[in-house]
Amino acid sequence: MLAFTLRRAIQAIGVMIAVGVIAFSMFRFAGDPVNQIVSLDTPAAEREAVRKSLGLDDPVPVQFARYFANAAQFKFGVSYQFRQPVSNLLMERMPATLELAACATVLAMVFGILMGVYSALRRDTILTKFFQAVSLIGISLPTFLIGILLIYLFSVTLGWLPSFGRGDVVRIGWWTTGLLTLSGLKALIMPSITLGLFQMTLIMRLVRAEMLEVLRTDYIRFARARGLTTRAIHFGHALKNTLVPVITVAGLQFGSVIAFAIITETVFQWPGMGLLFVQAVQNVDIPIMAAYLLMVSLIFVTINLVVDILYTVVDPRLRSTIRRPA
Amino acid sequence: MTVPVLSVRNLEVEFLTRRSTLRAINGVSFDIAKGEVLGVVGESGAGKSVTGLAVIGLIDPPGRISGGEIYLSGTRIDHLPPEEIRRVRGKRIGMIFQDPLTSLNPLYRIGDQIVETIRTHMSLSETAARKRAIDLLAEVGIPAPDKRIDAYPHEFSGGMRQRVVIALAICAEPELIIADEPTTALDVSVQAQIISLIKRLGRDHGTAVMLVTHDMGVIAETSDRVAVMYSGRIAEIGPVQDVVQNPMHPYAKGLMGAIPTLAGEEKRLVQIPGSMPRLSAIPPGCSFNPRCAFAFDRCRVDRPEPLKQGSHAVACHLYDTAPSDTAKETAA
Repeated sequence: MLAFTLRRAIQAIGVMIAVGVIAFSMFRFAGDPVNQIVSLDTPAAEREAVRKSLGLDDPVPVQFARYFANAAQFKFGVSYQFRQPVSNLLMERMPATLELAACATVLAMVFGILMGVYSALRRDTILTKFFQAVSLIGISLPTFLIGILLIYLFSVTLGWLPSFGRGDVVRIGWWTTGLLTLSGLKALIMPSITLGLFQMTLIMRLVRAEMLEVLRTDYIRFARARGLTTRAIHFGHALKNTLVPVITVAGLQFGSVIAFAIITETVFQWPGMGLLFVQAVQNVDIPIMAAYLLMVSLIFVTINLVVDILYTVVDPRLRSTIRRPA
Repeated sequence: MTVPVLSVRNLEVEFLTRRSTLRAINGVSFDIAKGEVLGVVGESGAGKSVTGLAVIGLIDPPGRISGGEIYLSGTRIDHLPPEEIRRVRGKRIGMIFQDPLTSLNPLYRIGDQIVETIRTHMSLSETAARKRAIDLLAEVGIPAPDKRIDAYPHEFSGGMRQRVVIALAICAEPELIIADEPTTALDVSVQAQIISLIKRLGRDHGTAVMLVTHDMGVIAETSDRVAVMYSGRIAEIGPVQDVVQNPMHPYAKGLMGAIPTLAGEEKRLVQIPGSMPRLSAIPPGCSFNPRCAFAFDRCRVDRPEPLKQGSHAVACHLYDTAPSDTAKETAA
């Protein structure tokens, strides 16, 4: 188990180094960074001074090593547009994105699993058909359109929910949370639905398909022959077997929820990392773009690792194959 | 005479398909007494397994029991509401399926699965149920049951898993065990162990056993009586010695003739020409008539009912005492 975790951790570090190379090369290929910093009429001598002060005249491998050593300590340099350390900017924006992503994922998991199980157990009811229709909409409508439709309905027409921003936030240490104020919670509703709808329909469809598959297996038939209650069979035996693939997908989806929060954050002007990234792209603020790339890959890699370990918690068959690798 | 543990009367099972209604079981009747083992043999698709599933109430739509009655120790069970038949399953009828590798839920320890079943049917505490589970594992021959109870299904061999399945089937002291090809998925040496285990359990607890198989050797070794099924009907039923050594129905004769023996001289084994009709194309009259060497006119129009012939009951016009115009073959 430990060896397995270590092996996976080393693979994860390999992935991070590769991403680091890509992030670093952005600086080299997106034009001369000095031009981004100085104004058009800066004399050449001054430009050289800036170049020297940023260490941009060193050989490329040296620059890369320095960049990487700094990145490992979460130092990503200074933003061109804000003139502030990128890590501070990201830290400031991260709670907003993580809260949004967590809310969307919880929403997607809870409703996705409930709807999936229901539509697998009661295949021909009207409610099942309704869920199927909703899931079709969730799968096929683009996120920004759903967000705009929600704003039109609940903010413009009904005036129930705020159309942008995060509402009032409470500061706990360096973390800011919108979960403790009414306006913060109200502001969270529509972005969470917008971001989570796709995941929800995905999970619902997956749970439904897996559940139907599991209900056909011999051990479910044998469980029925043993006279177990329908409840025990459906929720004890069938659901647990259904959850193995659901964990993988839900875990990997959490990564993409954070990464794709960009669109939702733009639609709702949500002050998170995604919005920061969009602004950085518009202003060619490469340090932020590179740091965002590294952050998102770090989150993905970590989630992958956690999912791999979670598998073994759910499925005992994997534990023994991991203990005794072939 | 005492009431038989299982009594099936004129059972009919139908499967509704888009085109037509297929009758998988058509007028099957038999009894199993306390402590008796009834072997049910026949080709694939003869209706052996469906009969077993009908008894335990596990025929899923589009299938349904369309006629007849099933009595368990005198009480009718074929028309019970789902919740009541569920209480019968596992409690009064235990079932063993063909494939032990897929019968157990891979994510739960076998102990948890046994305890869950015990506590569904008996009011025992967690600890008492666990103790009973260990005793059951010991009874079905799992070594070191107090340790193995916490193992997962994948940590057992096929034969050991079938023992666990048997422990699950008998954990609430059922009156009847339905074993649906319990040895088909196992290798020969393990087969013998499992068969003797089922036999011993039936003897020790006075449990009636319905043993579904297509292995005549297993039947000959285990059963007291045997029922030969052919396309949804019982062709012949009687004491196992009589049926094996002295089969009367032409189909039963064909089946017994197809068993190779070690002692006998090397002759070509008897083969029944053709194959069993599909459910959608069962011929009128006796469903065996197109393959039967002794068929005569009456067989093609008139469906034979099982008639008592000494210790056997045979569904064949050859043995009908009513005079028929066609010459009969020599019957044993």
